Amino acid sequence: MGNIRPCRERLVVIGNGMAGMRTVEELLACAPDRYAITVVGAEPHPNYNRILLSSVLAGEKTVDEIVINPADWYDEHSIRLIAGQPVDAIDRAAKTVTVAGGETVPYDKLLLATGSKPLAPPIPGLGLPGVRAFRDITDVETMIDAAATQRRAVVIGGGLLGLEAAWGLKRRGMSVAVVHLMPSLMERQLDAAAGELLQRDLDARGIAFFTNGQTEEILGTDKAEGVVLADGREIPADLVVLAIGIRPNIDLARAAKLDVNRGILVGDDMATSDAEIYAVGECIEHNGQVFGLVAPIWEQARVCGARLVGNNVAVYVPPPVYTSLKITGIDVFSAGALGAADDSDDEITLHDAKRGVYKKVVLRDGKVVGTVLYGNVADGPWYVRLMRDKTDVSPFRDQLVFGRAFAEQAGLAPPPVDISAMADTEQICGCNGVSKGTICRAILDKDLQTLDAVRAHTKASSSCGSCTGSVEAILAHLRGGAVVRREDPPLCKCTEHGHDAVRRAILEQKLKTIAETRTALSWKTADGCQKCRPALNYFLLCAWPDTYLDDPQSRFINERAHANIQKDGTFSVVPRMWGGLTNPRELRAIADAAEKYGVPTVKVTGGQRIDMLGLKKEQLPAIWADLNDAGLVSGHAYAKGLRTVKTCVGKEWCRFGTQDSTGLGVKIEKMCWGSWTPHKVKLAVSGCPRNCAEATIKDIGVVCVEAGYDVVVGGNGGVEVRVTDQLVRLASEAEVLEHVGAFLQLYREEARYLERTAPWVARVGIDYVRRRIVEDHDGRRALHDRFLFSQRFVQIDPWAQRAGGAAAHEYRVLAEVE
Amino acid sequence: MPTKSWVEVGRLDDIPRRGARRVTRPGGSLPIAVFRTANDEIFALVDRCPHRGGPLSEGIVQGRAVACPLHGWVIELDSGRAEAPDLGCTQTVEVRLSGNRILLSLPRIEAAAGLQWAAA
Repeated sequence: MGNIRPCRERLVVIGNGMAGMRTVEELLACAPDRYAITVVGAEPHPNYNRILLSSVLAGEKTVDEIVINPADWYDEHSIRLIAGQPVDAIDRAAKTVTVAGGETVPYDKLLLATGSKPLAPPIPGLGLPGVRAFRDITDVETMIDAAATQRRAVVIGGGLLGLEAAWGLKRRGMSVAVVHLMPSLMERQLDAAAGELLQRDLDARGIAFFTNGQTEEILGTDKAEGVVLADGREIPADLVVLAIGIRPNIDLARAAKLDVNRGILVGDDMATSDAEIYAVGECIEHNGQVFGLVAPIWEQARVCGARLVGNNVAVYVPPPVYTSLKITGIDVFSAGALGAADDSDDEITLHDAKRGVYKKVVLRDGKVVGTVLYGNVADGPWYVRLMRDKTDVSPFRDQLVFGRAFAEQAGLAPPPVDISAMADTEQICGCNGVSKGTICRAILDKDLQTLDAVRAHTKASSSCGSCTGSVEAILAHLRGGAVVRREDPPLCKCTEHGHDAVRRAILEQKLKTIAETRTALSWKTADGCQKCRPALNYFLLCAWPDTYLDDPQSRFINERAHANIQKDGTFSVVPRMWGGLTNPRELRAIADAAEKYGVPTVKVTGGQRIDMLGLKKEQLPAIWADLNDAGLVSGHAYAKGLRTVKTCVGKEWCRFGTQDSTGLGVKIEKMCWGSWTPHKVKLAVSGCPRNCAEATIKDIGVVCVEAGYDVVVGGNGGVEVRVTDQLVRLASEAEVLEHVGAFLQLYREEARYLERTAPWVARVGIDYVRRRIVEDHDGRRALHDRFLFSQRFVQIDPWAQRAGGAAAHEYRVLAEVE
Repeated sequence: MPTKSWVEVGRLDDIPRRGARRVTRPGGSLPIAVFRTANDEIFALVDRCPHRGGPLSEGIVQGRAVACPLHGWVIELDSGRAEAPDLGCTQTVEVRLSGNRILLSLPRIEAAAGLQWAAA
């Protein structure tokens, strides 16, 4: 054979989603150079994990975190990606595909992975603004926006997707009702008993249910206002989400005269009625079945990839499928048959309604053919394995429903799988279809040391995370039990150095500017990026408070403009109210300013202040000047810095108050305001253990008691709620001020940038903080002194400076033109 | 083809290095962000991130790119393209320096969106 490679065959993939790209990955793994590949996708995004859209909606993941194939993956494999453009037509005679932009792309082989469309009931009102499917990133973004501004959502459809949508919207603060056509929820995956437990639990979380609910109409004239059910019930809504199901998207295939029924018809080889055209995923129909879950689609991709590289024996056999629901704290698992089909089948059930645990195993001829689990789903994968291996379970039938540990303890069930004995083909990660062999090869070939690295390279355990333990076990097995974790992760992609290393270098080498620091530490980029520039600016001003010249261009816009940017590009203004105290003069000034500048929204904040939202940047210096006249100054609501000191009224008024919590709060705020910190800092002082100021979920809290003051630290009320750790009980206000100042300075000097006190305290340990702040008296006083020293240079109202003309270019447009 | 017309919008020193300023168009067209890099290069983009419409003029300028202040997409100043892994494009605006004067050549822009359903 000579070295001249014939011109490569051209593969065109229609659909840039999970099924299509998985097929491409499968074929690249077998024959990386066989095809010149072009991918055409209607969505303007790289391939992402659609299953995890519900996690994005619930705020548990970002869009970035669900991307499966980032843009450079396409480059790496020389794949041409035409994103954001649907295909208009397939010409089978000419073997070309015409893209919406007008381009014609020729193919030798064509792969259809056009997915599905959301189903909609034939009812009036579908076209109204405020009616969405739950299908793609745009839908989720629209729902997140709606949740931010609107109150009531109705989700039509109580299946897997509908419930995940309902929960996500609930998590984002909307009041949510679910309308479901059937008497029980998720009836395709759960039997009535499990469905009932699920409804009870979701009901307890504040989701309202309308089962047996047939939607008749979506109400509204300019936008969705509610839905009407067939029995006359009416549910008001600002947002209506349709999640009643999906239907294969076969428009292109039908227009190209391929054989279609409900889906595009394919054989066991995944080929359509045209031998040059293959199809995979939710758009197909195989043996009368259409698909919505991921496991069978991975198998289709494997077969199709093999066929495309010339394997003539690979055939598609549907694998057992299982379902789990992605609602935090609610565990549901189901696989195979939901119940006995006839008298010869057996059902074994365990039902503990009070504890909310339900297990059912369906048996046929001594073998497991189905399971439904609720509340405790740990044994789900075990039952699936018994199903797949057709294990005769008769010897441990009595123990079966109590789960694997119980059956194995009795010495009856097959022994647990240990990692070393597991076959390379054993699937570890069901979400991403990653086998043990793939994980082992990645760890050895790429010398991976951490779970994160394995996730990045193989995607194993990067989705739902339930196989994290297995992946860690494989890593530990190959690495001799020692899993190495990076202690000090790199600051950003501009450097290999971590936060701690950079801070040490700044002090030891006396680095005084951002440019000097970048040079000394061999930064990879000339300018740095939006991650390292604000971090370096902070590290330097923390290290050299008296001499460092702040770099406004390395500040995030909020800190540069001293106001909070909003999603429409306007800004919000929050004046400081010391300890939450205000007076008629300040309130009058705020009211006057709100009217004078046409402030569309005035909102009381969680930190006991007043937020004026929707101001144009050009208006800021003027409104600040007006507020300054009434004695109001910046509340730094925009800063990685000291935000608020929330207080209750304390013993001055409250019959339970033990100390002057309001007065102490004001003193703390007067000491701390203006301080820049690694992340935002919120404080609170409660006058008694009833804790009305919620001090135990703040960065620093003070809880007054008869005997003095409990100082607590490291709390957070955000995404991950963390209750504070007790630091110390003190007898006087003066001691409280010293401890608070010292703690803040320790945090300022030692935390990573953008690390809140909660993860920082959790990372270094409260014992370490106690040693530095409580036990080391000289150290504490030195920290407090350094805090007060740095405060001398920052306690200048930035609003007054700017109202007086500082940084004027920031608040003026460059020009106005026609 | 109409002949290209250039409008003077300001001077180089009106924009801080690694910074941007905004040019508004009261006629209803989208505003334009004019950027100045560390090396005194000038670029102009429609002031709208392809992701969620964030004002790029408020972003952190780094090399020949800007990070959107809303969600951190990084947009290349010369092409308007989002850096990987994000995909999207902001319209570029022709800009040139004549001595110290910044000149723009202005386009018109609009956008649309739709939603597709399958029948039940």
